[in-house]
Amino acid sequence: MAKVLMKGNEAIGEAAIRAGCKNYFAYPITPQSEVAEYLSKRLPEEGGVFLQGESEVAVGYMIFGAAGAGERVMTTSSSPGISLMSEALSYIAAAQCPAVFVNIMRGGPGLGGILPSQGDYFQATKGGGHGDYHLLVLAPDGVQEAVEMTMQAFTLAEKYRNPVMIMGDGLIGQMMEPVEFPDGLKTEPTNKDDWATNGMAHRNSKKRNLVKSLFLDPTALNDNNLALKAKYAQMKKEEVQYELVNADTDYQVLITSYGTMSRVCRTAIDMLKEEGIEVAMLRPKTLFPFPEKAVFDASGKESCQAVISIEMSMGQMVEDVERCVKGRRPVEFYGECGGDIPSPEKIIEIIKALL
Amino acid sequence: MAKAFSRPKALSTTHTHYCPGCTHGIVHRLVAEAIDDLGIQEKTVGIAPVGCAVLAYNYFDCDFQEAAHGRAPAMATGIKRVRPDLMVFTYQGDGDLASIGMGEIIHAANRGEKFTTIFINNAIYGMTGGQMAPTTMPGQRATTAPLGGTRPRPACPSAWPTCWANWSPRICHPPGRAQTPAGQQGQKKPLSRRFNIKWKTGASVLWKWFPPVPPTGA
Amino acid sequence: MAFQHIIDDERCKGCGLCVQFCPKHVLEITDKVNAKGHFPVFQARPDDCIKCGICCTMCPDVAITIVETQDA
Repeated sequence: MAKVLMKGNEAIGEAAIRAGCKNYFAYPITPQSEVAEYLSKRLPEEGGVFLQGESEVAVGYMIFGAAGAGERVMTTSSSPGISLMSEALSYIAAAQCPAVFVNIMRGGPGLGGILPSQGDYFQATKGGGHGDYHLLVLAPDGVQEAVEMTMQAFTLAEKYRNPVMIMGDGLIGQMMEPVEFPDGLKTEPTNKDDWATNGMAHRNSKKRNLVKSLFLDPTALNDNNLALKAKYAQMKKEEVQYELVNADTDYQVLITSYGTMSRVCRTAIDMLKEEGIEVAMLRPKTLFPFPEKAVFDASGKESCQAVISIEMSMGQMVEDVERCVKGRRPVEFYGECGGDIPSPEKIIEIIKALL
Repeated sequence: MAKAFSRPKALSTTHTHYCPGCTHGIVHRLVAEAIDDLGIQEKTVGIAPVGCAVLAYNYFDCDFQEAAHGRAPAMATGIKRVRPDLMVFTYQGDGDLASIGMGEIIHAANRGEKFTTIFINNAIYGMTGGQMAPTTMPGQRATTAPLGGTRPRPACPSAWPTCWANWSPRICHPPGRAQTPAGQQGQKKPLSRRFNIKWKTGASVLWKWFPPVPPTGA
Repeated sequence: MAFQHIIDDERCKGCGLCVQFCPKHVLEITDKVNAKGHFPVFQARPDDCIKCGICCTMCPDVAITIVETQDA
């Protein structure tokens, strides 16, 4: 399979098509508008649906309608746009429909900036919308992983009948890297006849289907929440993905970092290694479900004196890290969040200060 | 000229929760009759709003989705775009359509989306207890306008669909009045024609009903 | 061809729209409460009923139907 040099945003769009998703609704917002530009050309070629909505709010519900009708569907946006879609995310999770949302994060809060950031970690993993729901959240660290995670997202969304979110950032969206689209990641859509509003005639049934999230009866609403909770428990059991870097050494410090930031830490780790300082990194690939046991185990290594979470935010994932280290080691944090990405040298300086 | 009258097939037998005399029930029946007339029950998807008619999904025997407040036209767009063979209609009150969902309906109309919207205008927010809506008339009292609608310029309820119609030539918005037999009978044929038009020409169709005149007693 | 006028008095909410619009003033509200606490309508003067169906079209709950019956 030949690799293609592609911009992250466009690769994500192509990945959706290769995953068998033919429906895309979106609204322009820097730094991810190229996904829409790319798909506005490509989807008609595939006999698919491309529609630019009038707002991210409307787009969120176009996604909900299409997903509720049983079709694979995706949207991409960036931080403020995802805020506007947060109500829809809560509805889609409550009504148990599969859908893929991509957040190419930009600096916040407010209008913030258009440069990369990781300031939406809480929004994605602790629920940006109302009520007890979760998104399955995947965090790629480059264009190739963004492609693979986007393709996997459709399978996971249908497995759990829940929205799946890809957490990229402006850098991943804007940079170009050689990518390939592994056919193995494409799956056939699941049968949705027992719940989707895909038309009684279409499924040759006399029983109508209903996609809704209103449960006025308290017991029914509690039951729905318990059903959602069971799915999230299953995600925690089956879908945790993470990577350990340089962890087979007697590392003195454990870094936790994800996405673009983890790539910089990777370089810092190599440079420190040359100075004889062993540092390991645990890189969550799923932000929800969070790799809780892995963080606990990795932080408990004899040689490890401290854990430090390095993020392009003011400190969000660090709270989960702290929760999972359970006080066995001091947990530090370093972050910058304006769009400047800390350099490897800066990371080395921070690490050395811990020793 | 005696004639038979029976419950349309597309209307479920569930007892409605609407207040006695509320014409939601009449409009539900007319929509169901249109669905029966056109024989499209098996491929219709209705979208319930947030409002008194949120439970409309219990009263129709066809696929249904329930929208967030004001977003039914966006959901209808989503369904119709990915499954153009399905017949999609939204059923919305004035709070849902002319207030929070104004953006959605205007842009759906402007794009010429191919679904029908049944717009029930009773000039207040009913489900939440009678608050003022953008369609509340000047002088009309509401729980949030105790001294009467306070809009400087009269917000004439019938004006909304007229302006939306100007947005896109393919909107047809004949008003109907659910509170008189003539008002209804006159609309039954056109309502199924509206569904039909939507099917053939793809017009965004807006159908408007006035609230009932409260019974003037026995 | 004969027709029978049927009122489902468990479904009727006693709103009175049919009473108001019946051209022949056939209908009245009973004082007998139904399961839901409403006072349904009944045909006070059934012989005057011309089976025009206006009450059916005015009923928000489709509680009134007219069915064709075989001639006695």
